[in-house]
Amino acid sequence: MNNPGPTLSDFGHDPLWISIIKAVAIFVFLMLGVLFGVWTERKLISRMQHRYGPNRAGKFGLLQSVADGLKMGLKEDLMPRTVDKVIYFLAPVVIAVPAFLAFSVIPFGPMVWMFGHKTPLQLTDLPVAVLLVLATASIGVYGIVLAGWGSRSPYAILGGLRSSAQVVSYEIAMGLSFVAVFLKAGTLSTSEIVAKQAGGGTWDIFGMHIPTPSWYVFSLIPSFLIYAVTMLGETNRVPFDLPEGEGELVGGFHTEYSSSLKFAMFMLAEYVNVFTVSAMAITLFLGGWRAPWPISLWDGANTGWWPMLWFFAKLALAFAFFVWVRASLPRVRYDQLMAFGWKVLIPLNLGWILLAATLQALRLPESNRNGILAFGAVVVIAGLGIWLRFDTVNQRRREARAAEVEEEFEQLREEPAAGGFPVPPLDLPHYHGVVPSARAPKEEVTSGSN
Amino acid sequence: MNEYFGSYAVVVVLLLIGLGIFAGGLFANRLLRPNRPTPEKLMTYECGVDPVGEGWAQSQIRYYVFTYLYVVFAVDAVFLFPWATIFAAPGYGMTTLVEMFVFLAFIALGILYAWRKRVLAWT
Repeated sequence: MNNPGPTLSDFGHDPLWISIIKAVAIFVFLMLGVLFGVWTERKLISRMQHRYGPNRAGKFGLLQSVADGLKMGLKEDLMPRTVDKVIYFLAPVVIAVPAFLAFSVIPFGPMVWMFGHKTPLQLTDLPVAVLLVLATASIGVYGIVLAGWGSRSPYAILGGLRSSAQVVSYEIAMGLSFVAVFLKAGTLSTSEIVAKQAGGGTWDIFGMHIPTPSWYVFSLIPSFLIYAVTMLGETNRVPFDLPEGEGELVGGFHTEYSSSLKFAMFMLAEYVNVFTVSAMAITLFLGGWRAPWPISLWDGANTGWWPMLWFFAKLALAFAFFVWVRASLPRVRYDQLMAFGWKVLIPLNLGWILLAATLQALRLPESNRNGILAFGAVVVIAGLGIWLRFDTVNQRRREARAAEVEEEFEQLREEPAAGGFPVPPLDLPHYHGVVPSARAPKEEVTSGSN
Repeated sequence: MNEYFGSYAVVVVLLLIGLGIFAGGLFANRLLRPNRPTPEKLMTYECGVDPVGEGWAQSQIRYYVFTYLYVVFAVDAVFLFPWATIFAAPGYGMTTLVEMFVFLAFIALGILYAWRKRVLAWT
């Protein structure tokens, strides 16, 4: 029933023309995905905000993005006088090309017959496939920073600066959240990670065999949650859309790219990146192209071309998650974003990796369980000791600060002007307005009299 | 095609196709679009007001110390990848676990030091 799917040795045998077919298919899929992804997002978010969204171009406004794309391709393209021409021109290319590259290692399905060749539904796989995805993601950020720099405009450069701040804070947490997956899977190749999620073990309690879920989202939930946060940061989506920040920076890094094809390339890259990080989440944590539980009971669910359907369904759900987050959350301030990345995500992640490694070591056959448990106990006690020490220090600090504030209030209550502001005394008799009944009865003045 | 490098070559093929598509797109765009620049159009956008100064605004990069830390931690993450890959392989296990605890303790000490020195806060 469980078809583990292709492994690394199944790759590299394709004739060139099959590789080219797959590569073109990836491009076509991503382009169409962006066109209809934009439509889906606009439609979905407008429903969440009680409006209709695009509904003029085509049935249900389906052709809206096509119309926008055509318009952008035919509009005048300005190159402002002061920009750094080479960088300004190259930045959209630098951001758009690597965005597509990451999809070459995403597994869409198992081995299928394609024009008489048995080939995996994945363009290629490398022993370091996940590293390739991380690398292309980092190159994409160069596009944003270069666009900000090359535009020579204050808004653009602020957007570029924010973008680099975001990378500095989120890429590490993202990389670290993969480590637990590698620990469990023992490989960096995407197809093998999916294969490892084929069947879970069983959990023996009181003679019962309870099958454990095989997707890593269940066994590695902290990693998945951290990845879910960092993938929003990685793609510059709300609540981390600081590089664009249209309320603050006009358009951020793409302010100087008027509504031209270059701007369209930025948009394209952003949406492709959303698909890439979603596809990575699916591959690493959500079982890849494998059918979810009720469907997986059917024997044919993980064979042939069917898995592509499950993969697309998962991708659509992940994309809907992005839209939902965008409709729900406000933008965070960017020092908050950096503090969150450095003070919460990275330490949490490091701790979780150690915990996951220890649990994994306990399961190894040749391991010395008592040794590990004793070692773990020492680490936990030491950690608790350090935490308690810090906690008491912090507690003392908090109390001192609260006492200070209280004292200040006390002083202000006695002499309100002490804070330096001219405030009226608190015991000033209040003006409560004039009660109508207390007024003298009005004399009626008829018109025409005088 | 050599099997091992064959998989990498496919990535290069995809890169070339991507470059081709975007270069073609930009070239077609150049042929199709109108081009009537005026001095006003070519001005840097600053919300309708004439741009102030020449090009870049001077701004304070408040997070430059973070970037040093970033280098350290990015390398640290790359060290973790091979470790995680061979961790469950026979013959590793316990020793590698203790080694990683020691390594990460040093790294954690580093981040704690930076935290204590208030590097992780904006000034």
